[in-house]
Amino acid sequence: MKPKNQRLVLVSAAMVAALAAVLLAMWGLRDRAAYFYTPADIAAGKAGQGQAIRLGGMVQKGSIARQGDGLTIRFSVTDGRATTPVAYRGIVPDLFREGSGVVAEGRVANGTFVADTILAKHDERYMPPELGNLAAEHKAGKTLQR
Amino acid sequence: MIAETGLAALWLAAGLAALQFVLMVSALRNGIDFGRPMRAIAIVQGVLTLIAFAMLLWVFARTDLSVALVFENSHSAKPMIYKIAGTWGNHEGSMLLWVTVLAVAGAVFAIVSRRTSERTLLAALGAQAALALGFYAFLLVASNPFARLNPPAFEGRGLNPLLQDPGLAFHPPTLYLGYVGLSVAFSLAFGALLTGEVDSRLARAMRPWALGAWILLTLGITAGSYWAYYELGWGGWWFWDPVENASLMPWLAATALLHSINVLAARGALKAWTMMLAVIAFSMSMVGTFLVRSGVLTSVHAFAIDPERGTFLLALLGIYVGAAFTLFAVRGASLKEGAPFELVSRETGLVINNLLLSVILGIVFLGTLYPLFVEAVSGEKLSVGAPYFNSVAGPLALLLAVLVGVGPLLAWRRERRPVFKLLTVPVLLGATALLVTFILAPGISILPRLGLTVAAYLAAASILPLIGRNPLRTPLATWGMVLAHCGIAVALAGVAANAAFTSERLAVAKPGETLGVGPWLVQFEGVTPMAGKNWTAIQGELQATRGSGAVTLKPQTRYFSDPPTETNEAAIETFWNGQLYTVVGKPDGTGGWQLRLWWKPFVTLIWLGGALVALGGALALVGRWWRLRRRRREPSWRERYA
Repeated sequence: MKPKNQRLVLVSAAMVAALAAVLLAMWGLRDRAAYFYTPADIAAGKAGQGQAIRLGGMVQKGSIARQGDGLTIRFSVTDGRATTPVAYRGIVPDLFREGSGVVAEGRVANGTFVADTILAKHDERYMPPELGNLAAEHKAGKTLQR
Repeated sequence: MIAETGLAALWLAAGLAALQFVLMVSALRNGIDFGRPMRAIAIVQGVLTLIAFAMLLWVFARTDLSVALVFENSHSAKPMIYKIAGTWGNHEGSMLLWVTVLAVAGAVFAIVSRRTSERTLLAALGAQAALALGFYAFLLVASNPFARLNPPAFEGRGLNPLLQDPGLAFHPPTLYLGYVGLSVAFSLAFGALLTGEVDSRLARAMRPWALGAWILLTLGITAGSYWAYYELGWGGWWFWDPVENASLMPWLAATALLHSINVLAARGALKAWTMMLAVIAFSMSMVGTFLVRSGVLTSVHAFAIDPERGTFLLALLGIYVGAAFTLFAVRGASLKEGAPFELVSRETGLVINNLLLSVILGIVFLGTLYPLFVEAVSGEKLSVGAPYFNSVAGPLALLLAVLVGVGPLLAWRRERRPVFKLLTVPVLLGATALLVTFILAPGISILPRLGLTVAAYLAAASILPLIGRNPLRTPLATWGMVLAHCGIAVALAGVAANAAFTSERLAVAKPGETLGVGPWLVQFEGVTPMAGKNWTAIQGELQATRGSGAVTLKPQTRYFSDPPTETNEAAIETFWNGQLYTVVGKPDGTGGWQLRLWWKPFVTLIWLGGALVALGGALALVGRWWRLRRRRREPSWRERYA
C-alpha cells in the first residue's frame, strides 16, 4: 500500500470506529438507562409498568413494616407531595432509617414499587445528588422545628 | 508553621512552573539552549511538592486541629495508619497527591530522559510545566489543603469508615501514579507535535512512561475492585459506578497507546495515531479526575460536591485538551506516515486492537456522561448501569479477547506463512469448553458461556508466541506480553465463572440453624458484641462444612460514632476453587438474624488475572530497560574495532 493510501485507510477506519461507538452507545442507551423519579412523578404516571427505574425520596416516618419472613420490608417513600409504597426483600443498607433519604432501584408493579436494590447511603454527610434539594428542604424544616 | 511551610512550598513550585513554561517558549522561539535551567527547575519543583505533601502528612499524623482539612476528615482516636492514609482520603489531600505525582513525574522525566532530541525534550518539559501550573492554581485558589481553622477545633469529624481500610492506603496512590504517569506521554506527544519530530526515538522515550502508568493503573483497578468486593459487602466486584469508569477509561486508552507505541517504535508507522492516543489517554485521566472530584455524577463514591471546583477542573480540562487537539489538527496532517504494511500483518492486528479498544472506550465514555448530558438538556435524571455496559461493551470485549490470540502470531509488515493453522489447538480447546458448559450447565446465559469458551481458547492461544523458541533466549518483553495476554484469559475465566455459577442464599436464621449455599452447609452459631478502637460491632459466627472440611467465618456489622455510620465487614474464606462470602444483617426481632451467603466459584481468578496482566507489563518494562543498559555498557564489535 502507498503511504498516502495507507493513511486514508487508517483515517477512515478511525472514523468508522468513532461512528460505531456512537451508534452502539445510542442503541444501548435508548432502552437501558434507568430514569430517576420521585413519588410525585410516579403518581403522575411517568413510569411505565415494569420499566426499570430509580425511585428517590424520604422514608416516611412510621411506615417501615417488617414482614413475617424477617427479610421483606415494606415502607413508604415520600417527596412531600405524594407517597409510593415500596417492597424490598433483602438486607437494608447502612443508615436506612425512617425520615432519611433513600434511592431504590426496581420497577412499579400494581401500584407498589418492587425494589431490587436499596442504594447505600454511607454516612450522614453523603446524599445522592438527586436528593440534594429534598434533603435541604428537610433540613430546613428540622431547623425550624428546633 | 508546618501548614505554612507546605503552602509556601506550593506557591514557590507554582512560580517555578510558570518560569519553566516561559523558558520553553523562549527556547523554542529563539533557539536558546535552556536545557540545564529547565531540568533544574523541574527537579526543584518535584522536591517542593514533596515537601508540601510531607507537611500535610505531618499535620494529619499529629491531628493538628487548627488545620481545617484535618478537622473535617480526621479524629484523634483513629489508628495511626488511617490518620496517615486519611491525608489523601479527602478532596484537597488527594488533589495535593495528584499534583505531587505530576511534579515528581516531571522531575524524574527531566533526569532520565535522553532519548529524544533536546528540542523535543524542552518542549515536553514546557508542556509538563503548563499542566502542573494549572493544577497548582486549582489547589491554591479552589482547594487549599493548608487552610487554617480559627479558633482550632477540639475534636475532628472523623473519616468515612468505609475508607478506614488498608485498601485505601494503597489504592488511590497507585491509581494516581498511573493517571499522572500518562501526563508525561501527553507532554511528550505535545512536544513532538510542536517540533515535528514524531519518530521511533520518541516512541522509545514514551514507552516506559506509558507502560509504567499502565501497570499501575492495572494494579490500582484490580486492587480497587477487590476493595469494593469485600468492603461494600454486596458480593459484586465491578458496579459500573462512574468512579470505577473514571479509572477504566484511562486504562483502555493507555492499553491502546501501549500497543500503537510498539508499532511506532518498531516500524515508524501510525505516527498521528499514536500521538492522538497519547493525548486521549491523559485526557481520560483528567476526565476521570473531573468526574470524581467535581461531584457531578450520582455515585456511591461522590465525596466532593462543590460546583466551583467542578467548573475550575472543567476549564482546565478544556484548555489542555483543546490545546492538544488544536495542535494535533495543525500538525497532524504534516506528519509523514512511516513504513507501509499489508493487510495481513502485525501492524493491522494492532490497528484492529486499537480500534476495538477505542470503540469500547467510546461506549464507556458515552454511557458515563449520558446522564449528565440528559440532565443538562431536559432536566430529567437517569442512571446508566450494568445492563447497558455489559450488553453493549461485553460482546466487543469478547471479540477483542479472540483477536488477542491472533495478533502476536503475525509478522511485521506482511504475513505469508499459514499462521492460522497454529490456532487449531486453542480453537479446539474453546470448542470443548463450549460443549462442556452445554452439558454441565445448560441454563447459564450467553455472555458467561461465551466468556468461558473464549477464556479456554485464549489461555492456550496466548502462549503460542513461545512455541518453537528457546525460552532462555526469548526476550523478557515477549514473556511479558504472553503473561499479560494469559492474564486476560484468567481474568475472563473468573468473570464468566462468577457470573455463571454463583449461588446466593438470603435468609433469616436462629442460632443453631443450618443453611445451604452451593456445596456448603452453613450453621449459624449466634452473635456476640465486639469493640475496636473507634467502633463497636455485632459479630456473627458461622460454621461452614463441605464434605469433611470445616471453616469458621465471622462477619461483622460495625458501628462507628465519628461520623455515625454502619459498615458490613463481610467474612470471606478463600479456597482453590472459589470463595465463600458471608454477611450478617439485622435482627428480625424474634431471635433470628438476617444472613446473606454466596458461594462464588473461581471468583479469585478475576484479581489473579489482573495481577498477571500487571506482572506481564512489569516484565516487559524491566526487559526493555535491561536490554538498553546492556547495549549501552557493551559496545558492539563494530564500535570496538572502528
